[in-house]
Amino acid sequence: MRTAISGLEVRSASSLGEALGILRDDRWTPIAGATDLYVALNFGTLEPRRFLDIWAVNELRDISMNGTTLVIGALATYTSLIRSALVTRQLPMLVEASRQVGGPQIQNRGTLGGNVANASPAGDSLPVLAAVDAVVVLRSADDERRIPITKFYTGYRATVMRPNELIVAIDIPPVEGRQWFRKVGTRAAQAISKIVVAGVRASVPRIAFGSVAPTVVRVPETEGSLAAGANIDEAARVLSREIAPIDDLRSTAEYRMRVATNLLRRFWIETG
Amino acid sequence: MKFVLNGASTDVKAHPMARLLDVLREECGLTGTKEGCGEGECGACTVLINGEPVCSCLIPVVQVESADVLTIEGLGDDHPLQHLFMNEVGAQCGICTPGMIMAAIALGPAPTLDDVKTALAGNLCRCTGYSAIYRAVLKWREMPVANISASATR
Amino acid sequence: MPAVGNSVARKDGIGKATGSARYADDLTFPGMIHGRTIRSTIPRGRVKSIRFDFDLAGFTIVDYRDIIGRNSVDLIEKDQPFLVEREVRHMAEPILLLAHEDRERLNAAKVVIEYEEEKPLFDPEQSSEAFKKIDIVKGDVASALMAADLVVEGTYRTGHQEHVYIEPNGVIAIPEEVEGRKGVAIFGSVQCPFYVIKALRCLFGAHPPIRVIQTETGGGFGGKEEYPSMIAGHAALLALKSGRPVKIIYDRTEDMVATTKRHPAIVRHRTGVMRDGRIVAMDIDVLMDGGAYVTLSPVVLSRGCIHAAGPYRCDNVNIRGRTVFTNTPPNGAFRGFGAPQTEFAVEVQMERIAEALGMDSVELRRMNALRPGDTTATGQTLREDTSALMVLDEAVRRTDFLRKREQYKGTNRALGLSLFYHGAGFTGSGELHLKSRARLELTPTGVRIATGSTEIGQGTRTTHAQIVSDALGIPYEDVEVAQPDTARVADSGPTVASRTCMVVGKILEECAHEMKERLNGLSPADYHARHGTFSVEQMYEPPDWIKWDDAAYRGDAYATYGWGCDVVEIEVDPDTFEVRPLKLTAVQEFGRPIHPALAQGQIEGGTAQGLGYALLERVVMRNGAMANSQLTNYTIPTTLDMPEVDVVMMENPYPGGPFGAKGLGELPMDGPAPAVVNALRYMGLDVREIPATPELIASCTATV
Repeated sequence: MRTAISGLEVRSASSLGEALGILRDDRWTPIAGATDLYVALNFGTLEPRRFLDIWAVNELRDISMNGTTLVIGALATYTSLIRSALVTRQLPMLVEASRQVGGPQIQNRGTLGGNVANASPAGDSLPVLAAVDAVVVLRSADDERRIPITKFYTGYRATVMRPNELIVAIDIPPVEGRQWFRKVGTRAAQAISKIVVAGVRASVPRIAFGSVAPTVVRVPETEGSLAAGANIDEAARVLSREIAPIDDLRSTAEYRMRVATNLLRRFWIETG
Repeated sequence: MKFVLNGASTDVKAHPMARLLDVLREECGLTGTKEGCGEGECGACTVLINGEPVCSCLIPVVQVESADVLTIEGLGDDHPLQHLFMNEVGAQCGICTPGMIMAAIALGPAPTLDDVKTALAGNLCRCTGYSAIYRAVLKWREMPVANISASATR
Repeated sequence: MPAVGNSVARKDGIGKATGSARYADDLTFPGMIHGRTIRSTIPRGRVKSIRFDFDLAGFTIVDYRDIIGRNSVDLIEKDQPFLVEREVRHMAEPILLLAHEDRERLNAAKVVIEYEEEKPLFDPEQSSEAFKKIDIVKGDVASALMAADLVVEGTYRTGHQEHVYIEPNGVIAIPEEVEGRKGVAIFGSVQCPFYVIKALRCLFGAHPPIRVIQTETGGGFGGKEEYPSMIAGHAALLALKSGRPVKIIYDRTEDMVATTKRHPAIVRHRTGVMRDGRIVAMDIDVLMDGGAYVTLSPVVLSRGCIHAAGPYRCDNVNIRGRTVFTNTPPNGAFRGFGAPQTEFAVEVQMERIAEALGMDSVELRRMNALRPGDTTATGQTLREDTSALMVLDEAVRRTDFLRKREQYKGTNRALGLSLFYHGAGFTGSGELHLKSRARLELTPTGVRIATGSTEIGQGTRTTHAQIVSDALGIPYEDVEVAQPDTARVADSGPTVASRTCMVVGKILEECAHEMKERLNGLSPADYHARHGTFSVEQMYEPPDWIKWDDAAYRGDAYATYGWGCDVVEIEVDPDTFEVRPLKLTAVQEFGRPIHPALAQGQIEGGTAQGLGYALLERVVMRNGAMANSQLTNYTIPTTLDMPEVDVVMMENPYPGGPFGAKGLGELPMDGPAPAVVNALRYMGLDVREIPATPELIASCTATV
């Protein structure tokens, strides 16, 4: 049953310091682009009632280089990622992923930090971040933590974030090797992924999948077998033992498994 | 909540978490922006915030504080793109049309057909199959319309 | 310059593009409150108890006991209640209605219903209750099958399809006093205002004054043909009980779950052919899932069965159709109305027959296509306005079909073709029974069209005005079109069945001729100035050569047919099995376009819906209800899903239509799905059902 708006509370912060101060003292759920908020509200699955609106915390929008690390502010929208020369140069597969999120209206509002915090197994940017060993930078009023994205998720829609923390940035270490990304959605735009793959081809390849597990996953056994010189067919067999996709409203386990192995091959061929 | 609505300074009393869509349609009396799905999928609720197309069904009104909001009404009733939508039959039933126009209005000066399709990928139309919409938008931008179902009558 | 045949300025004005056009949810009335429908959460059983777990202050509550007339939606049968009394037959069946001024309190009201659940029936093949059976018999199929050189068998399946009009169902009911009697006015998103009148008269018994006014309607496609009677009845009940205007607008999820969808179908073919390609016997079995109540299932079955043999001639045909009960929300009208299902089946069957004979499928179609003078499955002798070969030849020529098809062999691209037709107007004696009327009224400046035909985006206002303008010989600008208000317009029958331009337009043409005689050379303005106003009203007279036997299902099923041939070029991704349509060429013959741009819009739009039906639109049913009931998960084509669409409009006038026009609205829906599946077949993918999702296609390929 639809949640009543009148039962919700919101306060806005215009600086990071202000936001963290509010979170230190009390429990508020941060909202930025809010592209999932009213969907949950309409369905009656919205649990939080008190929101901290951080849309105006502009200092979190920057995209910059810190030495060889690409630092993407948590509030960078998909549109700003698409338009960023830095991202295009350092992490072009994130640009590709961003172009395939929803449509322009969603791209103008959805943020990278929001995608990470929302923790959906189908999050389109997450395999990209996982394949490059991105680091999630968390801040609270008193502390900063830097958590590799591969350690950020603990289960279905569960993260290591504390209630007093905000994601302030995602750090992207320099990426060596060809980048590859493929999203298979339910249609060509405005699509939730049935399966998402991101890969980096190097002597030790790094490959991540979305929508095949409760969280985004790397596939270390498959990566290891390829690094050890296994041929792609053998690696595909390892992959089929390493992931366990499910049937759901959008697709089937069988299809996801079949396509995952096909895309692994395609990645290997196209980056070889 | 104070913001600029269609060029005029506006102050609304709505709950800060009210959807911008509802505030526009009810408190502001501007029913041109439509609700087709309430989940950001159909784009019928598209408005411009600071020049960028967004789904107003997804935006808490608190987030437009001090922003510049443009709705279909802000284009007036004599805009060339509006005339083209009617004349080219880019609007059949018309329910998607305000949102479609607001998404298109943000297009740059010389869009290709692909640019138009991408800009409108977040707007669903069930009546037209989109071809006539492309014709309307490309003609507005004075771009060629060849290859969009050149129709022949024989 | 004549109006007909030109893409004149539309009568809709510019309101749709400025946001000033008023759809149901845009309207408010003083004292208006909001309504909500409490629906069953089980697919089959009985209501044991109802408890209200909220503060009742300010609420209006309506249940079946508040119904003073008959608790049934009057359509073909009277089996569907407005509100459940005890027995629940499908998920989301309406049980109670609530209304309140405050929408938050309305939505928060907790109603606790206890049920006695029973085992539901979901599989139509297991259902023993048929709403309707049809048996079309021509010649001697049994003998012909025995004498055939080859018999090809196949079973084909089509799923539900949801309309996804971008404006959900919505109405406002206003209590009105009419000559001292309590009545109600319904403003709403409706295709057939007079259907609503009929249903509400059943609901309220002793004919209180009811009028229905169509608001600007954001898409219909058949989904607002019969369903609005239900929502209008609900709003009216709440309005009369509360004494206040009541607005009910469905949100998208409620609309998708609770309202009608296209009937799923299973069609079995056994076709007897000779080595040279002649089709000598067609034995066809059609099963349609009607859902829990009859609604329009008999007519959907009827049209589906009549079209089931495709645009082909054959002396021996038996088509057996059944539409059956299941514990699911009733299915209903959707553009095409049974024909997309059965024409999908026959066109894929044709491709398989060609394969079995080792014959080119274009040649097979050309040999067997209906020609003037041939008879259809119901024994109708076709006339000169028969264009199967014309559209087939044009499509094949224009797309360089034969050469390109060969060129693509062995690649991941393919071409597919479908040949199809669609009867315009109501079936058989349907138009006769409808007794549709149209009225023209003289105004101080021109004339006003007063029909019950609704503008739902297809161009009703404009095409009717064009016809009247030319038939009367007055400027198009001097013709106005009245908003359909049942108290003020003639009952022109429903806006469905590809009849609004061809049938109602014809009545208007006749009215115009009569008016012209009476004007006797004066302009409307002059006549009005001298003599005041008058109006001309006429009833539709079907052509006198139409002979239809409803009992035997034989005779002239439709006054005329539209004809189409679609060629689609697709590409299949070898890794993901996604199908990307690259180009679709739609060659369609529909008499003559009254407004070319509007006609082209019907073809482009219907083609998009057909492509969605073919590839993208899958209704997932769980426990008898649509589980993927959000636009996120029920995916209709976006701009990026649509191929280039090349439209060719051909002409072969129907003498009984206004200026030669035939119906067009549904024809484009019949072609895309079989064309796509036939392209897949040419790539070696044996697909026999739609939607042809990547998952389905993957399962058709060998597992590596």
